[in-house]
Amino acid sequence: MPFGNSHNQLKMKNTCEQEYPDLSKHNNHMAKVITPVLYEKLRSKQTPSGFTLDDVIQTGIDNPGHPFIMTVGCVAGDEETYEVFKDLLDPIIQDRHGGYKPTDKHKTDLNPSNLKGGDDLDSNYVLSSRVRTGRSIRGFCLPPHCSRGERRAVEKLSVEALGVLSGDLKGKYYALKNMTDAKQQQLIDDHFLFDKPVSPLLLASGMARDWPDARGIWHNDTKTFLVWVNEEDHLRVISMQKGGNMKEVFTRFCTGLTKIEDLFKNKGHSFMWNEHLGYVLTCPSNLGTGLRAGVHVKLPNLSKYRQFEEILKRLRLQKRGTGGVDTAAVGGIFDISNADRLGFSEVELVQMVVDGVRLMIEMEKRLEKSQSIDDLMPAQK
Amino acid sequence: MPFGNTHNNFKLNFSVDDEYPDLTKHNNHMAKLLTKEIYAKLRDKQTPTGYTLDDVIQTGVDNPGHPFIMTVGCVAGDEESYEVFKDLLDPVISDRHGGYKATDKHKTDLNFENLKGGDDLDPNYVLSSRVRTGRSIKGYALPPHNTRGERRAVERLSVEALNSLDGEFKGKYYPLKSMTDAEQEQLINDHFLFDKPVSPLLLAAGMARDWPDGRGIWHNENKTFLVWVNEEDHLRVIAMQKGGNMKEVFKRFCVGLQRIEEIFKKHNHGFMWNEHLGFILTCPSNLGTGLRGGVHVKLPKLSTHAKFEEILTRLRLQKRGTGGVDTASVGGVFDISNADRIGSSEVDQVQCVVDGVKLMVEMEKKLEKGESIDSMIPAQK
Repeated sequence: MPFGNSHNQLKMKNTCEQEYPDLSKHNNHMAKVITPVLYEKLRSKQTPSGFTLDDVIQTGIDNPGHPFIMTVGCVAGDEETYEVFKDLLDPIIQDRHGGYKPTDKHKTDLNPSNLKGGDDLDSNYVLSSRVRTGRSIRGFCLPPHCSRGERRAVEKLSVEALGVLSGDLKGKYYALKNMTDAKQQQLIDDHFLFDKPVSPLLLASGMARDWPDARGIWHNDTKTFLVWVNEEDHLRVISMQKGGNMKEVFTRFCTGLTKIEDLFKNKGHSFMWNEHLGYVLTCPSNLGTGLRAGVHVKLPNLSKYRQFEEILKRLRLQKRGTGGVDTAAVGGIFDISNADRLGFSEVELVQMVVDGVRLMIEMEKRLEKSQSIDDLMPAQK
Repeated sequence: MPFGNTHNNFKLNFSVDDEYPDLTKHNNHMAKLLTKEIYAKLRDKQTPTGYTLDDVIQTGVDNPGHPFIMTVGCVAGDEESYEVFKDLLDPVISDRHGGYKATDKHKTDLNFENLKGGDDLDPNYVLSSRVRTGRSIKGYALPPHNTRGERRAVERLSVEALNSLDGEFKGKYYPLKSMTDAEQEQLINDHFLFDKPVSPLLLAAGMARDWPDGRGIWHNENKTFLVWVNEEDHLRVIAMQKGGNMKEVFKRFCVGLQRIEEIFKKHNHGFMWNEHLGFILTCPSNLGTGLRGGVHVKLPKLSTHAKFEEILTRLRLQKRGTGGVDTASVGGVFDISNADRIGSSEVDQVQCVVDGVKLMVEMEKKLEKGESIDSMIPAQK
């Protein structure tokens, strides 16, 4: 792969014009923001670990995007990427995260007692509840850029930290590379298993290198708390259960995350975080909280209502199919989650989901009885 | 992508054990030959453009291989790769190319007059004839490693060179990025079009970056001589036509190639070549002549004969389906071509095809009449 220090120096012999990518058919945040002037300014730079501008943007060049879906088109290779390439990444962050400015500060709040309600979403409608986030371990490069040695070190640290958890968080690690067929089937049935990325967005940024080396899944005995190691981020932490008790899910999420963070700190490794960007993750779309809290909810009537999209927008929510991002809804069941990541705290985002879903269920019940929902229409949050 | 100079130095902070890839489930030439000792010896090296050991082997790490097909599992990023990493690549070359030694010399012979016969393969059996090779332009990094600027320079030089051809070689260049639908359809129907690589072998080596920038197809008006620019190699040169006149195809191939080479030399950009490895190409499997001369031939009876594989081995030929490598044959029609690339000349290899196919067509005719072919089984060439 060509993007390290030496070859970047050689590239400097060509003019900016000779090297500037052709983005005429592209539609992603990177392509919208980058200009020859910006490219010229940043192309000689590199982070301390050698991540360069072309490393940041390669995925966006190789994946022009889709007329309807706005992908980010760039990734970070290490914590310093967001600083060294801020002239490109700040505008992208602003564009992606609703006008978030380079001078803004991000609030972190992982205190579950600050969440109001959320323990009583109607389980006739809400089939399951889930909260996920990501964490990066300071001192190691991120998945697009890390070496095998770094990746294995992240795995080792993570397994040691997770191995200390007790009580309802007590669990076990299953490395992908020596997983038995039986275990693999079990994890698929539990909806836990992550597979080698096939998305060209991820492949083009180098995240699938050396698969499945140092990748694995940890989960607790009760299968309500799970951690993915070395997939798109160093760690993805997920709390989930059937039914509508989002409060319980969020409480376990916060408790577990905080314990894991303490364990890492005891080993001399904190999570990447700063007061401007919050938690630092591989994809700029996941900065801030990195949090996606959602439910699988039955909304067959509301989803066909002409103002469904508008309602979601005003509630600051987004819909996905039940297979996750880029899948279609099946049987009127939608995955509804917070649209924001940055500029709001974890509690605030989960509150939006809880309040928004409660409202949408009320609307669904009205529509079932062919009643109007005009008076229920929310203002823009 | 992480493999340049700076990050390679970072990697050296980890031990060989930490960084050495897990190749336990692998079956490719690289995995067979890369020991920890060789890894330790080569891991701090880089070519002048910054290509490192991990760059060479990444495709083989990411693609464990297949129990029946032996892939190479490594690629060159520039001409110097074969020198800097000879401790790995010489054994791989020897293993792949029938024991070719590090001290052996390779013969180049593009004098078509040295080919005996080949103008009379029975067109009732031989449907088409084709010869292809690759060429790399000195001074530029190869497709796994080159920058957009380099790739575009290769394209520009190539188009200038090709556009100066005349007579039966007069033709036109079609860049992939501005191809009309009509042109694309035509090229598909002519069996000329190459598409963005989907093979994980190529993708993992970084050859599809920036697609379709700098890529295109040039062909003459008669559609018998065609050049692919910036696919798996800088240039792939192909001569083809219907029927069994391999001599004519090979003549056009040699004449066209030599004219192109002269033009490149005038611009001070010769082809990468040395007396040990012959023509230098991206994949070690294509060193030497880089030549695959083949026919599509109907052998429904011979192909089901007990000794078909043995006959091919002895004739130094290989079979493929008519869709190319890794496809199945349809209707008893096979793609039969030379198995060797290095250690014998272009004329030698095409001679094997001509003589071998002539013999196999005779065998097919005997089998059609229910006669034995035992007396015709050849000795090992």
